[in-house]
Amino acid sequence: MDHYAARRLKDRVFTILGGLCVVLAVIPLGSILLGVIAKGLPAMSWAFLTTDSLPSTTSPGGIGPAIQGTLMLVGLTSLIGIPIGIMSGIFLAEYGTNRYASVLRLLNDVLTEFPSIVAGITIYLTFVLIFGYSTIAGALALCFILIPIVSRTTEESVKLVPNSLREASLALGIRKWRGTVSVVLRAARSGLITGSLLAVARVAGETAPLIFTAFGNSYFATGLNGPVGSLTMYIFSDWKQPYQGYQLQAWGAALVLILMVLLINIAVRLATRGRGARR
Amino acid sequence: MRSLPSGDTAFKVGAALLASSVVLIVFLAGYVLVSGSTLVLSKFGTYFFTGIEWNSAEGHEIYGALPYLLGTLATSGIAIVVGVPISLGIAIFLSEMSPRRLRIPVSNLVELLAAVPSVIYGLWGFFVFRYFLADYIETPLSAYLGWLPGLGGSPVGVDVLSAGLILSIMIIPTVSSVSREVISAVPNSIREGAYSIGATRWEVTRHWVLNYARSGLFGAVILGLGRAVGETIAVSMVIGNAVGPLALPTSLLKQSQTMSSYIVNIFFDATPGTYEFSAILGVGLFLLVLALVINVLARLMVTRLLKVKGGAVE
Repeated sequence: MDHYAARRLKDRVFTILGGLCVVLAVIPLGSILLGVIAKGLPAMSWAFLTTDSLPSTTSPGGIGPAIQGTLMLVGLTSLIGIPIGIMSGIFLAEYGTNRYASVLRLLNDVLTEFPSIVAGITIYLTFVLIFGYSTIAGALALCFILIPIVSRTTEESVKLVPNSLREASLALGIRKWRGTVSVVLRAARSGLITGSLLAVARVAGETAPLIFTAFGNSYFATGLNGPVGSLTMYIFSDWKQPYQGYQLQAWGAALVLILMVLLINIAVRLATRGRGARR
Repeated sequence: MRSLPSGDTAFKVGAALLASSVVLIVFLAGYVLVSGSTLVLSKFGTYFFTGIEWNSAEGHEIYGALPYLLGTLATSGIAIVVGVPISLGIAIFLSEMSPRRLRIPVSNLVELLAAVPSVIYGLWGFFVFRYFLADYIETPLSAYLGWLPGLGGSPVGVDVLSAGLILSIMIIPTVSSVSREVISAVPNSIREGAYSIGATRWEVTRHWVLNYARSGLFGAVILGLGRAVGETIAVSMVIGNAVGPLALPTSLLKQSQTMSSYIVNIFFDATPGTYEFSAILGVGLFLLVLALVINVLARLMVTRLLKVKGGAVE
């Protein structure tokens, strides 16, 4: 084999190795999806999805309260966190050329990798010890995770808005902030929605910060002030029970959770196809 | 000055205040953990960092957090050793070698791994992956190499190795997407120069592209480490949750414990104000400091390289 052929062979081999890495990464995804579907489907029933029946030795009861709690937590977190995240992103994109902004940007990036359990402990010490476990406490802890993600995606999509749009709005004689709100944000809208949805999906899958703040609840919550369940906490408390019924229902809850989270993700990625949107 | 104070200033200040919430969050977390753990740190001093006993029985109280620190380092280490080569392979394949139309669908598929909630990784790890690991990897490993230090123990699939491998799957999306970003920031002129002297795609990648992107790739790896260090739920479900000296990660096939899994497991055993509670917060403080240092380091390395790209494009 001559030298050139050897080099070409090497090129081929490394291309194939790269492809193998992709396959290796996708196998667990396939196995997780198949596993959750195969083990979760047998648990499905209307009663399972809607009831809060008392836990017994063979069954932990339906996941109605867990679904309700997840929706409440995610809703409240979005209500508090998304406006903060978007304003923060606007600040970094529109006024973010000074040193303070670059510190904020770094902190923001660092917070996207914040150990989520620390968020739970922090809210436990500053909020739960005074006011008790509640949906509000859970949402505050989840905000630690949501705000940096929304802020970063907002900054990125606001920066993509061409300057000519800003200049055009200023030329009409309106204030810069009016232009930012009604022209720039409007142009960046799809990016903001994408980022917020991905953050919501991420937050819906969190467990650790909720254990210390929302605490969990087997019954339907009647307000924002009491402990509340979530699908993730339901799975986390039931998987280790020795009873088959509990394990089966943990898989059922996992199926509902993964459908929620993956559907949001897939929808967002289809909607932004080709724009190279990053998590 | 004929109207109300300009809305512009108010808007800018308002946005700046909301943006500062990140400072508040970091400060708040740091403050409560530092102030909460002074009790245990002042009583046990360096033993807290070097000791391996953990006993909350009154009169016998002693708190050493070393096993959990080592457990965190061991599992994150495995995650890096296994996850990084795969992630780099994916990044290189997608940015330099694969057909163009494969790129977006495949990278989306890989990033869906990041969307899977960690409690589901734990569930899958305990009920599915564990048996595969025990039967096909750990049993032969312990049968043939069990005499080696670090490979003793029983092949049940709930141990340091399984936690490390689950973490390696969980960091792949982060490491591969940041690496891809860093690689795509390498100026094309470098590739063109290399191709023009007749190098193959692999040679161009290996000798020029990776060389240029080196510090950014290192940043991506550190970022993966930061993620692995902070992960809680999935790890706590597959690591076996040993306590005290038993938790020392002396073997891949041994039950252990990480800082975050330990906190989740014992948090509700302790009453606020006690030494035990303070010790738990001390472990949390370790975790926070470790994660912050790792992430700041990683971000600085990655963003520096991406800025070069901005300059080159303009």
